[in-house]
Formats: sequence, C-alpha cells, structure tokens
Amino acid sequence: MSHTNQSQRATHPTAWLMIALSLVFLGLFLIVPLIAVFSEALKGGVGAFLSAIDEPETMAAIRLTLLVAVIAVPLNAIFGVAAAWVIAKYQFRGKNLLLTLIDLPLAVSPVISGFLFVLLFGSQGLLGPWLAEHDLKIIFAVPGIVLATVFVTFPYVARELIPAMQSLGNDEEEAAISLGANGWQTFYRVTLPNIKWGLLYGVILCNARAMGEFGAVSVVSGHIRGLTNTIPLQVEILYNEYNFVAAFSVATLLAILAIVTLIVKSIMEWKAERQTIEQEPDMIVRAYETGGSIHGH
Amino acid sequence: MKKQTWLTWILAGSLAITAGCSASDSSQGGTTSGQSVELLNVSYDPTRELYQEYNESFAAYWKEKKGQQVTIKQSHGGSGKQSRSVIDGLEADVVTLALAYDIDALAKKEIIPQNWQTRLEQKSSPYTSTIVFLVRKGNPKGIKDWDDLIKDDVQVITPNPKTSGGARWNYLAAWGYAKEKYKGDESKAQEFVQTLYKHVPVLDSGARGSTTTFVEREIGDVLLAWENEAFLAVNEIGKEKVEIVVPSVSILAEPPVTVVDKVVDKKGTREVAEEYLKYLYTETGQEIAAKNYYRPRLASVAKKYEARFPKIKLFTIEEVAGSWQEAQQTHFADGGIFDKIYSP
Repeated sequence: MSHTNQSQRATHPTAWLMIALSLVFLGLFLIVPLIAVFSEALKGGVGAFLSAIDEPETMAAIRLTLLVAVIAVPLNAIFGVAAAWVIAKYQFRGKNLLLTLIDLPLAVSPVISGFLFVLLFGSQGLLGPWLAEHDLKIIFAVPGIVLATVFVTFPYVARELIPAMQSLGNDEEEAAISLGANGWQTFYRVTLPNIKWGLLYGVILCNARAMGEFGAVSVVSGHIRGLTNTIPLQVEILYNEYNFVAAFSVATLLAILAIVTLIVKSIMEWKAERQTIEQEPDMIVRAYETGGSIHGH
Repeated sequence: MKKQTWLTWILAGSLAITAGCSASDSSQGGTTSGQSVELLNVSYDPTRELYQEYNESFAAYWKEKKGQQVTIKQSHGGSGKQSRSVIDGLEADVVTLALAYDIDALAKKEIIPQNWQTRLEQKSSPYTSTIVFLVRKGNPKGIKDWDDLIKDDVQVITPNPKTSGGARWNYLAAWGYAKEKYKGDESKAQEFVQTLYKHVPVLDSGARGSTTTFVEREIGDVLLAWENEAFLAVNEIGKEKVEIVVPSVSILAEPPVTVVDKVVDKKGTREVAEEYLKYLYTETGQEIAAKNYYRPRLASVAKKYEARFPKIKLFTIEEVAGSWQEAQQTHFADGGIFDKIYSP
C-alpha cells in the first residue's frame, strides 16, 4: 500500500518560514516554561523536591485530586458513551440541542461554572435552605468540587466518541442483532472494541482536565487547607507563601501528568492506526460473511 | 478479542472505588465528639503565618484545660471574598478578617448578631497593624513619605480597594494623610489621592497578589503594604532586595475577629470557638501576634516588642471617615469617590 495522498514535500521558502515560526512559538510558549518549572522545582536538589511534596497539606491535595478524578472520570466515561451512542446511532428530535448542551462547558468560563453551583447550592442559593435543613454540604466540601469537575469535564469523552461512532455506522451492530445478540452483547462485543481507542483517549483527556481544573474548583472549594484544596489550588497557595520550590515541585506533578497524557495519546493514535490497517482486510471478509449469512436466511 | 477484559476491569475497578469514596465522603465533616473537635477559621491572606503558629499554641492550651483534642482548619483569601464565602455557606466557626465592614456583611445576613463588635474587647480587634511602604534596596527613588509617592517617576503598587481589604486601608491611609496635610479640605484630599492612583500601573485583587507583583515580577518602585506583610516580604525575599520605609503618619488598622453564631450553634462548638478568640487576648496570644509582626494590644507585650515596631503617628478609621459603613458609602461603593478618581 502506498500513501499517495501525502502532502507535498516542503521545499517552498514560505513553508520553511511557517515551520520556523511554529517551532519558535512552541519553544517559547511550551518548552521554555516547562524547563523553567522543572529547574525551579529542582533548584534545591532532589531531596528538597521530595520533601516539598511530602507535606501533609500537599499530600491531602494530591489525595483529593485523585479522589475527584476517580469519581468524575468514570461518570463522564459512562455519560460520554451513552451520549455518543444516542447521537451517532439514532435520529431524534432535539439532537442538535443535545449536541450544543454537551459543548456548553467548553464555551462557558470555568469561573462561571463554579458560580453556577454557588448560586444553586450556596446558603443564599436556590437549594441552599433545603440542604441546610437536611444537613447536607455540597459546596465548600468534596461533593461540590466533584460536581464542578464533572461539569467542566463532561464534553471530553462524548466529543471524542461522536465522530468515531458516526464514521463506523450501524452495519456491524445491525449484523450482530440479526444474529441474535442482545443489546448488551452487541455493545460489549461489537461497539466497544471498535471505539476503545477513542474512548481511552477521551478518558485520558478528561482525566487531565479533571486533575488540572482551577477556576471552577477554586470558586466552590472554600480553600480549607488540608481538606478542600486540590493540586492546582495548592500550587497557588504555596506560591503565595513565598514557598517557590514547593510550589514548582507540586506544579511538576501536573506537568508530568500532561507529558504522560501526550505520550499515551501518541501510543494510542499509533495503535489505533495499526488496528485499522490490520482490520481492513479482516473487516471485508467479515462483512462478506455476515452479508452471506443474511442472504442465506 | 481478549483485550476487552482489561477494559472491563478498569471500568469495574473505578466504579468500585467511586462507590467506596462516596460512601466515605458522607462520614467526614467537623462535628464535636467527646474526644476531639474541629474548628474552621476563615481568615484573610496575610494571617497565614500568624495562625499557623497560634493554632498549635491554642491546641496545646485547650488540651491541657479540657483534655480535648482540637484541630483548627484554616482558609485564607481576600477578606471580602472570604466573607462572601461564609455568607454562601462556608461553615466557619470563627472569622478573622481584615476589616469590620466584611464582618458587618455577615451581620446583615443575620448569620451573626448586629452587636458582634462589642462582644470582645478593643472593638473585637485583638491585634492591630498599619500601612507602610516597601521599596527596592537602597531606596533609589528616595521615598520617605506620602508626598514622594506622587513624584513624576514613581510607580506605586497597591491592590484594588473594591476587592481587597488591605487596599481599602491603603487608600484610607493616603486619604487621612492628605486630609491632615490640607487641614481637612476634602477636595484637595481627593485631588491628592487621585494623583496617587494615577501612579498605580496595576491593581491586583488582593494584598498577596500585589506583593507578588512588586517582589517577584519587580513592577513598581513602592508597595503600599500591611506592616506585617512588609516584614514578611523582607524576611522571605531577603534584605538585599527590599526595605521598609515608615511614613510620618499612617492609619491604625484594626482587623476584627468574631464567632459565627449560626455555625457554632449548629455544630455545638460555641465554647471552644469563643475560647479560641479570647486566647488571642492573653499574653501568649499577644506574643504570637507580635512575633508575626502584628502590633499587640496588651501593654506588657507591646513593651517587650517595642523595638520591633517603629513609632508612627496613627489615626483611626473613625477620624478619617467616621465608620466603615460611611467609608464604604463615600469612597468604595459604586459611584463613590474611588470610581470617580480611578480610570484604568
């Protein structure tokens, strides 16, 4: 197989200029800050770096961030698959509205998302008095932070899956059902294997955002030390306390998360590409076989 | 395809953890149980170091007195923002804010009684502070007093009085100086303050933000700062970079404290919360305040730390503006004097 649709080789001077421009831009806005974060963090040596992270309040922030991600990411994975499934496979009234709503958290400033929850669950808010009566705490506590994170990160999985599912079409599922598979079996054995790379990538993006979210979480957190501060909030606190080594050390955790996300993303794209190449002949055979069996009945 | 199985495991695993976590969530929260009690102190930015030390001391004191373990959680932020959070439901047992106006806001919402400020001595301010100048090492612009701030080539760093408590003290300190200088002529005072704010290149939203702008980003020639914040900056950043300049007169800043009645009555923490604030007035409490560069009220401690705090002629908020309510009305409310004189 030869790839004839590749873009032409860059020889034109304008092309070189564009490449140089992008590289300079990337260097200035990504590489240099990244190096700065790591060099600031390691200023006092590895020992100082480790002891800066091994502080009770910082450890609490790390635990809270992990807890929030562990709740928010699976919820959004389930929601994302369901939403993408419905949007890609069915026609119904209000489909465009649903699509727009899924994009809403990306369009709204995270700070506004945070205030939305304060307006809803705060003591002066809509549900505030009822919550107080039943002694339920939402904002300025872990549930509020989880809610804000879920809200901010819910488009990621769905957005990743919708185009993948749309391009796959309904044929394989229809074939499975006609062969007697029930809904769950169809999903588990046909749909899931087809979308798994897209799903995983969506989950990873969602996770990166969930752990890194600052604005929305800052509004609903209440900033109680050792209790409602996530990693990004803890970085700000440490920085404001003139504790620069600690601030940058904790910041490297988020930077590492970003790097890991990128690496996993590249691996996945590579695997997904290989999978489609491998599957192509296989799929034709399968389509032929299933087609045959349909005709046979 | 066997690979599906690990996907299932991940899914099942995370669901199980989720269920476990949400179950444990409901069990946390600060309520009294015989052996231990938890308090939340919602405070403003520059008190971090003060309460870190004070909380330890109080916990030891309470343990000895009542045999009960007390853990004090801290939340810090801009004074006005913190007050807003308590109104919105942040369950503070005590608030220790930058100015009385922000605690009045709680009284307005009936979270605490109207007479809160009379419940403790000294208008409920166990320690005081003032506003001083922080300049670059060697004071290259020769800044000595308020008048020097409006010299042509001087850039002044101060936060936004609309959002920051410290900034309101800064503003009123300048106002008080001008009022005294021009023998009470308000229009001339306004002119002075207007010129001063023309020298401000950036208004941060909080006191710590301004300190960072001045010290880290190295913007401006002089920072108007809380005295304790200025000392902290000198100690943390180094004497070789910045130094403190004490003006001829400044304002007596009285950061007040109070128990949040609605919360302590609900949680049953009134006794320990009230004791927590009273302990601030004791010799130990005052000493910790002085060590963290807050001016103590207690004469004996004040004497001991005399050398630490430069003598400045201080005027009170009442002398400058009548009261915080009036100051807010005339100066900082929408359409007030600050809106008239400041255009970014």
